[in-house]
Amino acid sequence: MTQPKLPAESEKTAHIRITLNGEEVDVSFAPYKTLLEVIREDLGHTGTKHGCELGECGACAVILDGKPVLSCLVLAVECDGRKVETVEGLGSDGNLHPLQDAFADLGGAQCGYCTPAILLTAKALLDQNPSPSRDQIREALSGNLCRCTGYLQIFDAVEAAMIEISKRNTSAT
Amino acid sequence: MVDKSNPSNPAAGDSRAGADQLRVIGAPRRRVDARGKVTGQTVFADDIFLPRMAHCKLLRSPHPHARIRKIDASRALAHPGVYLVLTGKDLPIEYGILPVSQDETALCVDHVRHVGDPVAAVIAREELTAFEALDLIDVDYEILQTISDPEESLATPEPRIHDYGEEGNIHKRVSFEFGDADKGFAEADEVFEDLFFFQGNTHLPIEQHAAVAIKDREGKLTLWTSTQTPHYLHRALAKVLEMPTGHIRVIATPCGGGFGGKSDPFNHEIVVSKAALLLGRPVKICLTREEVFYCHRGRHPILMKFKTGVKKDGTITAMQLQSLIDGGGYGSYGVASTFYAGALQTTTYHVPRYRYQGCRVFTNKPPCGPKRGHGTPQPRFGQEIQIDKIAEKLKIDPAELRLRIAVKPNELTANFLQLGTVGLDQCIRRVVEISGWKEKFRKLPEGRGVGLACSCYLTGAGLSIYWNSMPHSGIQLKLDRGGGVTLFTGTTEIGQGSDDVLAAIVAEVLGIATNDIRVYSGDTDLGPVDLGSYSSRVTLMAGNAAIQAAERARAMLVEAVADKLQVPKERIRLADNCAFDSAAPEKRVTFQEAVCLGESRFGTIGTVGSYTPPKFPAAQYKGGGVGTSPTYTYSAAVVEVEVNPTTGWMSVVKIWNTHDLGRALNPVIARGQVEGSIYMGLGEALMEEQEFRRLPEKFSRALVHKFPSILEYKSPTSLDMPEIVTEFIEGPDARGPFGAKECGQGPLLPIIPAVANAVYDAVGVRIDEVPITPEKIVKALADKKAGKAPRFGPTHFPEVPWPEALRVPPPWEGGDGHATNEAPRRPKPRLEKERVLSS
Repeated sequence: MTQPKLPAESEKTAHIRITLNGEEVDVSFAPYKTLLEVIREDLGHTGTKHGCELGECGACAVILDGKPVLSCLVLAVECDGRKVETVEGLGSDGNLHPLQDAFADLGGAQCGYCTPAILLTAKALLDQNPSPSRDQIREALSGNLCRCTGYLQIFDAVEAAMIEISKRNTSAT
Repeated sequence: MVDKSNPSNPAAGDSRAGADQLRVIGAPRRRVDARGKVTGQTVFADDIFLPRMAHCKLLRSPHPHARIRKIDASRALAHPGVYLVLTGKDLPIEYGILPVSQDETALCVDHVRHVGDPVAAVIAREELTAFEALDLIDVDYEILQTISDPEESLATPEPRIHDYGEEGNIHKRVSFEFGDADKGFAEADEVFEDLFFFQGNTHLPIEQHAAVAIKDREGKLTLWTSTQTPHYLHRALAKVLEMPTGHIRVIATPCGGGFGGKSDPFNHEIVVSKAALLLGRPVKICLTREEVFYCHRGRHPILMKFKTGVKKDGTITAMQLQSLIDGGGYGSYGVASTFYAGALQTTTYHVPRYRYQGCRVFTNKPPCGPKRGHGTPQPRFGQEIQIDKIAEKLKIDPAELRLRIAVKPNELTANFLQLGTVGLDQCIRRVVEISGWKEKFRKLPEGRGVGLACSCYLTGAGLSIYWNSMPHSGIQLKLDRGGGVTLFTGTTEIGQGSDDVLAAIVAEVLGIATNDIRVYSGDTDLGPVDLGSYSSRVTLMAGNAAIQAAERARAMLVEAVADKLQVPKERIRLADNCAFDSAAPEKRVTFQEAVCLGESRFGTIGTVGSYTPPKFPAAQYKGGGVGTSPTYTYSAAVVEVEVNPTTGWMSVVKIWNTHDLGRALNPVIARGQVEGSIYMGLGEALMEEQEFRRLPEKFSRALVHKFPSILEYKSPTSLDMPEIVTEFIEGPDARGPFGAKECGQGPLLPIIPAVANAVYDAVGVRIDEVPITPEKIVKALADKKAGKAPRFGPTHFPEVPWPEALRVPPPWEGGDGHATNEAPRRPKPRLEKERVLSS
């Protein structure tokens, strides 16, 4: 039995328009590609990583319409008209996001490969719940594997960022 | 009164340097590569996209053991979009990390040795096309008998997995006697014999191996790759591609997790290099996660038989260790692993007489190699549990027993390893204190328990992997008249913080901030040779080289500034981005002005530093070099667990650990390394297994990996990590830069046996096997209930044809480090293969 021939990667017959890190962007790609592949290969945003092809390691996490998702398990064609946030969009006006500062200062990143995904997952948590308990932080990050840190400095960094964000919100009001 | 030796800028390991004198070293600080990592700007190998880049995929053997009769790639070559297909005959020159086991080819020529062994490579316009074309390569295999474990390997001399080695499928045997162990057993009050088994496991870096090769504008090869050892890879490429080393540039991209899994020269690196040279376009490969399991080079499964004799007070009279080591399909670091699996048994507790026999065999599984701890976690597991059993029998508290038998600073061990500073005593006392050991041990309610274990690890392998008298680390510094400093080094940043450590050392000596230093590491064109990130060598070796390079630069600046300020040289201090008179600090110039003054006086300022470990005159016997190191670190850990006696389910409640690391150069990074080591030890103790199973008869009975995916190969998540209390025991060791020793591997070692000891304290069963899983605990509890031995573990050690032992009398028996039954060692003859390497 012959297998149906898949279009080549260069046959970019699918088109979507997404809001990527706050900017509207049009992108064309081969229709079977995942959001992860389109982000990395067709949009050139290589901050988001792959680690397992299975949706198990969490290194591909991005924020889709406010929720953290495993971009390797999302088809890009499903994302038309939706909002995508990647690590490249963290921070503003040339400054780092408090999570990025905290991770940098408190040892939240060693080899740095899992870091973008963990930052986004943590951001999605803090956007939903500005003062999570340590257990809630653990739970939220339980889908992100890290082989370097042992996680504890990551929790410390999320807690420190949480405090900093709340300070800034307080002084802003 | 000014101290003429200028204590304000401490030299290497100068323990007179008061902590308040140091500005950078010892301070918690954002590491120099942090910003790139938190912004996603750090470029890993697979993040590299170049114009006209082609993609490579490898066809791997589906058979665990077979001969290749024929490969027909014509259909693949004809497939639209395929540029090139390579097979073994295109890259026939053998290579391997160790000179004594150059047993790999980039693609198998006529013999495949495990499921996953690469046999062909497709290079195509698109990744998907390359994948598709793999199915179009026809390989005619002649299936050979599969050898699945060491017992089978010993019993099956033919078919030979390799044509070299000792005999049959035995790769390497070692046998040492340091003193008469039998005499020691005869003198003992009690003799303990135990069997332990440590299952294999793998590194599981989140970043899969990836490499991009190009033929650059000068027609030379550049290879970006995720590697821990660019220098050794550099040599292997020159050998296999038959190119001058100077025409090859290896750039170690930031490594997304190594742990020893990226320290061999790899098939895929050589293949893309060859393809890029043939095609004249960039070629990239990224391994799938399943392929990473086949690449492996992980923890050797080891079956161990321990025999220890002790006096009533716990003093060891003799120790004997026999190890049967499952090497997998290739040599990798295996010969070194075989020595390591016995070498460090004498460096933690005083062992007056020691016998070690190790046997590594080939099996048809992915090759084993170095994983964090390299061959020492397995025997450490066995020894720390046996000591627990000894303590129980002798009715001595396990911590107390260890204190009695701990080694002393600067001791020379029975196998002639020279110890440096030894903080083991403080480690044990402190961990006992902070964990509440005395109130908990044997006192917690049923189902809850504590276990204690200690360990020792080396700070850098004393010998290079290939014989030579050259430095192990080199650093070059360039001082710019604009005030910037650039550091060129061959070291590789694998997450352990080496870039930051080196920047911090230079910043401290020159009195500037790490943010004003640029580090270019891991590039064989830009930086001097560093042997690589393995054996915990970088901080000590490259760090000492950095001090030398920085001190040489400093000396020039000091002389020029002294002249300018008309002040004696000895009073010039470099700190806070300035150079000033320590007696009258208002007399100062900025660092930038100091550089300009220096450049005007001496010309362009560039300095070099290097480090070669001290010669180890002690261990003169063959194999004595493995285990030598400039110095050693010590760790002690207490683990508290809760075990459900019905389900066997165990949760780790809390871990306390102390680590004698000399000095924490950056406490944030040091804490991360210690906790990361503990995390990895916990993973191995509880859940990680590189396990294999035989397919049923109707599916060929082939030997396949049980869990080649991150889903099924379990590793701890954020939910599995307990609270960890870490204390550094800081007592500077003069051999290390600012007194620092290692902290990236040592803390892993005690965790695994501490968990096993804690389980015994909790529910009274011994799990003498790793991983310590619920099924094993339940089985042991059932046995205990039925009146059988309350233990789960190996019951049998096969007959091994041990060779005659090398007899080396220990120092206290008048030994001089030579074997009494070995011919005087001559310089090794240079083999034909090695001559190519030195060109």
